Amino acid sequence: MDDSPLGGSRVPFASPLRKVVEAVGDAVLSVGRRIAGMVRFTGEMTVVLRETGRWIGRSLLRPGLRFRRDALAAQMVRVGVRSIGIVVLVQVFIGIILVLQLAPTLENYGQIEQVATVVAIATVRELGPLITAIVLSGFAGASIAAEIGAMKETEELKALRAHALNPYHFLIMPRFLATVIMMGGLAVIADVVGVFGGFMTSWLVLDIPPLTYLDITQAALDHTDYLTGLFKAGVFGMLIALIACCEGLNVTGGAEGVGLATTSTVVKSIVALIGVDAMFTAVFYVFGI
Amino acid sequence: MESDVVISVQEVVKTFPRADGTPARVLDGVTFDVHRGETIVVMGGSGCGKSTLLNCLIGELPVDGGRILYHAARMPSSRDISGMSESELNELRKHFGILFQSGALFNSMSVADNIALPIREHSSVPARLIETIVTLKLEQVRMLEHREKMPAQLSGGQKKRVGLARATALDPEILFYDEPSAGLDPVTSAAIDELIMDLSRKLLVTSVVVTHEMDSAFRIADRMVMLDRGRVLKIGSRAEFEILRDAPPDSLARHEEKLMNQFLNGYGRGPLTDATGTSEFERLITAG
Repeated sequence: MDDSPLGGSRVPFASPLRKVVEAVGDAVLSVGRRIAGMVRFTGEMTVVLRETGRWIGRSLLRPGLRFRRDALAAQMVRVGVRSIGIVVLVQVFIGIILVLQLAPTLENYGQIEQVATVVAIATVRELGPLITAIVLSGFAGASIAAEIGAMKETEELKALRAHALNPYHFLIMPRFLATVIMMGGLAVIADVVGVFGGFMTSWLVLDIPPLTYLDITQAALDHTDYLTGLFKAGVFGMLIALIACCEGLNVTGGAEGVGLATTSTVVKSIVALIGVDAMFTAVFYVFGI
Repeated sequence: MESDVVISVQEVVKTFPRADGTPARVLDGVTFDVHRGETIVVMGGSGCGKSTLLNCLIGELPVDGGRILYHAARMPSSRDISGMSESELNELRKHFGILFQSGALFNSMSVADNIALPIREHSSVPARLIETIVTLKLEQVRMLEHREKMPAQLSGGQKKRVGLARATALDPEILFYDEPSAGLDPVTSAAIDELIMDLSRKLLVTSVVVTHEMDSAFRIADRMVMLDRGRVLKIGSRAEFEILRDAPPDSLARHEEKLMNQFLNGYGRGPLTDATGTSEFERLITAG
């Protein structure tokens, strides 16, 4: 309470209008902070991408500089090979769900066989890369963020620099390349398995002849469908790796910080993946790709 | 720069932003020289700037003012670390080794691989010879029987020994130690100190040790630097600091001497502590 110029005490003014103004002000401030945080994080991702690109170029072009094939292979196994099982499982379910959800509607139009077209296009162009990326963000992205974050907290990153070893060359580059490469590979597996899930469900539940299903699938897809799916998969892989590495490099506050980084990696990755996917889909639609 | 000076720290200033945005001077005109072959101990309470100084010395943090000149024997001329590019800094880093407070071993690698890594990355030494060097380095720190273990299987003291072996893998001219005996029991701490002295003698390295463990500091130091609130309070030989430590507090006239006497002896009462028993260091840290 402040002293009033008239003597006595002045009661702080807390009208409902003031509360509303304060709440709106807090909300605007919070949105502003979030936008600033997003801009800052995007900037950090750009720096990580630039540095990683520089080290990939150096490793390929500069004689005597190791490409770190062993580390790349180890990361490919960790990121990709170990994710195959879960990607297969999820993608089979997606194929089954698509067929069973679409069947009644298509049956009404007497086009039940066209379920193969929908499954093929939805899986190869969209759900194969997207669902695989979402699985990978939880499986590999979180693990990369936790690993790099823990290394930062235990001074391993500092130790690398102290031994004249660049963390981008030593840690980020193999993880980035492994995620991008394996994302492409996993998307191909996801496409095949998703179509297979749809194929089996159509055959066993809807009694669509297998050869008919395969013929329709083949007719529904052309090379642009495969290429747009693969292109998206590569970009998704880059996004997951960049977000995970940035989160890992930004870790502060010990074990709690590592935990927050892993959660944040998954959340940011999913939002970024769906946002970028929507953007790509819109661009492909406009240009008729 | 005198010919036997390996590192010359000249008027180094480092600031960090406080919570309110104003700059806090963590290092405020720090000046001292490190001579070839000596072991110099930088000491001071928590928050006095010694870890920041170490980070500036190894090029982990850029300085905001002053210079840090290096003149290693294998370098053609003295160079200011603040003006170095990334590749120049990496070249300089090959001249020194660092033992981190936690050991900072690479957890995904075995003990042997931790030591082999810098050699493998920075030389064209054949794999067989690398094995021999690793064996030699592990023998020096008496950890040979643990060569295939992973860091998670080692105790704190063992991690520091392996960290020390890794720090010496490239036969550096300068060794930096960040709190080498922190978190260790007195016996292990003494063993690490002996190892540091042993390596200094055998490898003829220049050592810069940052610590607030006084027993350890007095065991290993040739010279000592006392920091207080980012400033050098005193630079002197170990003998000079021993005289200061052993003097009765009442016999000391200057405030700085009383302050150092309290710190060196670890007294709970004195100019560093207020009536509530809170030390000046704690007050500085809680004040941000």
